[in-house]
Amino acid sequence: MTDLYNACLSRAQELLKSGEVSRVVGWKKGEFCFDVSPAYFESAEELNEFTYDYFCGANLSKYLVQIAKKEGKSAVFLKPCDTYSFNELVKEHRVPREKIHVIAVECRGKADIKKAESVAGEGVLGINETDDVNLLEIKTRSGKTQTERRNILLTKCLSCKGKKHVAADEKIILKEPIETGSDRFAGVEKLEAMTAEQRFAFWKSELSRCIRCNACRNVCPACTCVKCVFDNPESGVAAKANDTSFEEQLFHVIRAFHVAGRCTDCGECTRVCPQGIPLHLLNRKFIKDIDTKYGEFQAGEEAEGKTPLTSFKEDDGQ
Amino acid sequence: MQSIENGNALNGAGTQTFVPKIVAFCCNWCSYAGADLAGSSRLAYPASVKIIRVPCSCRVNPTFVLKAFQQGADGVILCGCHPGDCHYVTGNYYTRRRMALLFSFLDYLGIERDRMRVEWVSAAEGARFSQVMNDFVSKVTALGENRKIADIRCKGASGGEDVAGGNNDD
Repeated sequence: MTDLYNACLSRAQELLKSGEVSRVVGWKKGEFCFDVSPAYFESAEELNEFTYDYFCGANLSKYLVQIAKKEGKSAVFLKPCDTYSFNELVKEHRVPREKIHVIAVECRGKADIKKAESVAGEGVLGINETDDVNLLEIKTRSGKTQTERRNILLTKCLSCKGKKHVAADEKIILKEPIETGSDRFAGVEKLEAMTAEQRFAFWKSELSRCIRCNACRNVCPACTCVKCVFDNPESGVAAKANDTSFEEQLFHVIRAFHVAGRCTDCGECTRVCPQGIPLHLLNRKFIKDIDTKYGEFQAGEEAEGKTPLTSFKEDDGQ
Repeated sequence: MQSIENGNALNGAGTQTFVPKIVAFCCNWCSYAGADLAGSSRLAYPASVKIIRVPCSCRVNPTFVLKAFQQGADGVILCGCHPGDCHYVTGNYYTRRRMALLFSFLDYLGIERDRMRVEWVSAAEGARFSQVMNDFVSKVTALGENRKIADIRCKGASGGEDVAGGNNDD
């Protein structure tokens, strides 16, 4: 990973030094190796804090909505899945394409710290690649543990859309891409095979854990309304009553429907959920329905065109 | 046709019979006129069907449907012009996609699929309007009270646990 990190860092320095861009959007080191946070860097000195490693799962594209309002051009590091979100934002005129320099960066899957800790124990100091592409090495305070790559990848990486960047002004790809994804609709199909009562019980147990922190909404690159429907104190949905009724599920129904047809399945909602609710299963149901009813559609594949819910065919089924 | 009062009517034996609350969104140009025709033709449909007139079926935001369920509706039905006949040319084509996805999604969450429906009813189809409503009400009556998606705070004193009518599996 260090070769890749060095390549990204030196390119970021170059871009800032030459004045080609006014800032670089990337990931910033935290106190621990796993608390990486999105950040933008405006000088070579600030780049000391830049990082790119197995914990850079965050999708940076949504930050561009605000950052693009600043003066000058901004460079951004985007992983393959992030470029879909980026295209969708360009399509919706939320990000002006000409103000962004996209550095498409290599990704071989990103790690989930909770999974890494369950494999290797607490005190994770870093994750490194090994000579075997299927194995990753977790370094902890107490030693090193090797594990299958798939064991510690984020949920979203386990159904990776592929290693193709759909938007790029330049690319930093050092190693051969590897497939980490598998059948992404398996989870949805499993639920569909259950009875209505079983599904209801499943979702009630999952969604009643929701604490309405709004993290899923805030991180979602498709949720970019200036004024969100949930921020309306008059609506009665701004707070959660402490009961086990379906109330909280309505929040998630509305949220999932708002992004239906625009959700690129980047999986950020599930990644940030502090309660571990599999929110991607909601969005994927819409994606699967759209695919089966109206033809295969991948949001963000193109930076223009209509979405399935803003178009129709005369012979659509009911 | 037996007339049905809104709410939970008492039958002869003094026990409560379940009467579902139905919200029907009807488009101004076809289905609302169809309901009118049903009325003037003296074709009965249950009084517990509450019609909300909308300019076009595509005026119905999916959150309207959710809100209706949340506030105690037992069934929601959308009626619009037949595809191709929309007063605004294409409105009901969008409704069709939107509601197909929403209903499939609610089914995925475990809400009974028979509680929601889209029907195309033209202004000339008074008989069809009455038949659709009667059919829908009998389906929802069989399902019983909507407990899964309703906000318990919106339930009146009569809507408690003691109401007859169980939930069907699937």
